[in-house]
Amino acid sequence: MPVELIKLLIALVAIAAFVGLNGLVLVYLERKVAGFVQRRPGPYEVGPQGLLQPLADAVKLIGKQLFTPKGADKLLFWMAPVLSFFPVLLLFLPIPFGPVATGMEMNLGLLLILAFAGLNVLAICLAGWGSNNKWGILGAARGVAQSVAYEIPLLLSVLAIAFMTGSLNLTTIVEGQGGWPWQWNVFVQPLAFIIYFVSALGETNRAPFDLPEAESELTAGFHTEYSGMGFGMFFLAEYANMIVVCSVAAALFLGGWHGPFFDGAWWFLAKVYTLLLIMIWLRWTYPRVRFDQLLNINWKWLMPLALLNLFITAFVMKL
Amino acid sequence: MSVFKKFWDDVSSLWSLIVGLKVTGKNFADKNVTLHYPRETVTSGQLEGFRGPLELIGKPKDPAKPKCIACMMCVTACPSKCITVVKAKAPKPTEAELQAMKEAEERGEKVKKPKAPKEPAKFLYDFSLCSLCGSCVENCPAKALRYSSNVYLTVTDRKELKMDLLARLGAQAEAAAVETVVENPKNVEAEPVEKEAGTES
Ligand code: SF4
Ligand code: SF4
Repeated sequence: MPVELIKLLIALVAIAAFVGLNGLVLVYLERKVAGFVQRRPGPYEVGPQGLLQPLADAVKLIGKQLFTPKGADKLLFWMAPVLSFFPVLLLFLPIPFGPVATGMEMNLGLLLILAFAGLNVLAICLAGWGSNNKWGILGAARGVAQSVAYEIPLLLSVLAIAFMTGSLNLTTIVEGQGGWPWQWNVFVQPLAFIIYFVSALGETNRAPFDLPEAESELTAGFHTEYSGMGFGMFFLAEYANMIVVCSVAAALFLGGWHGPFFDGAWWFLAKVYTLLLIMIWLRWTYPRVRFDQLLNINWKWLMPLALLNLFITAFVMKL
Repeated sequence: MSVFKKFWDDVSSLWSLIVGLKVTGKNFADKNVTLHYPRETVTSGQLEGFRGPLELIGKPKDPAKPKCIACMMCVTACPSKCITVVKAKAPKPTEAELQAMKEAEERGEKVKKPKAPKEPAKFLYDFSLCSLCGSCVENCPAKALRYSSNVYLTVTDRKELKMDLLARLGAQAEAAAVETVVENPKNVEAEPVEKEAGTES
């Protein structure tokens, strides 16, 4: 159906613009927060209060030479950043930004997000393998082990919500919640929310779980060899992934675009940005965990807790 | 038992995560400490504990003359050998004085030969070698050395780091005399940062 197709196209373009814009905002936010936490001003010189700094960064990244290291697998090496960035755009399609502002409403929206989010791991794996660099391959190996591990509690905590609402359609889930905080799912499922958030940090390779990049050990991990826009794509994909997990969290647990007094997309954005700020705050607070600690946190704590939570939810729902 | 204790330890240590967030949150809300250099400059209050290149302290009555007694303690104490002190020589008696002295000696009187004054004739300091360890400042019996508050020291030639501290003290005394009370925060060199050292002895 051409109308559907055009609608999809428009949605994709809008999402690409949204991701690009938010990428700039997040780069600025991240650097400002980092600065303030360390009692310094952060970006300050480019534009008023350094507002144009991310633009300058972007221009710099675009202008840089693209460089393929010797002995690298050219195809895989350049496929990785593309593969890391473009599937992320798809993840935004089923997210309900507002009462009508949903890219594409689908019954299995949640499933689509969870399925396509896995592609990022593949991109990391290809990047590490293709760049023919020991740091790269170590980072990639870590990335795969970490993502595989953290995907499970993430899924289990999401599943608890799906059990409760009986739907995998994000719009339906949002509509099932009310405007005030005690009508949100997080009020019924606080444990699932915490597990989801911690696993989301692990999934997006954010500090304190940023082992695939681990500057101090692996220089830059899987993207050591990438310059210019190759690196830029990974960077943008990381921020886009952050927005996705925070959006899903807002929709699943925090009532989505419902809010006190006036429902609307602004509530959704406010919630997403609050979560993003918390993520940034966590990053500048905690040191990176060791790899065994990372896996221990997952298998010994998050997994059993998520399972327990799921069982209790199922049990209560059956009653 | 120990299993439960370990479990409880793990859970209770979650509190430390909150403490960490509190620390960074507090710092986030606090004022920046960064100085936007060309637009702002350091005030003397922000220089507490700052160690700039050494300088001599003038006598309270005669600020152009150092309190230094040329005892060489700082030269000996410095691990990097960056201080060179040359003692002042006794003033050479003039022809007439020599004559007078000779005559007095012949008369069998006690002759007062001119003594070397207890002050340095040269006080050279090589900042390029100095580690600002403070040995010299601590060991000076006359409390004649201190760290300057010269924050904005830049040179384009390594030779400029070899400083003549006596000349510097003279220039400072002159500037202080000219400037009298006019406060100029930009010119930290001329600011009398260490007041108590001057009044101590
Ligand atoms: S501060 Fe230390 S290194 Fe510098 S002159 Fe004094 S004793 Fe030598
Ligand atoms: S500065 Fe102090 S230690 Fe050094 S020669 Fe003078 S009196 Fe002695």
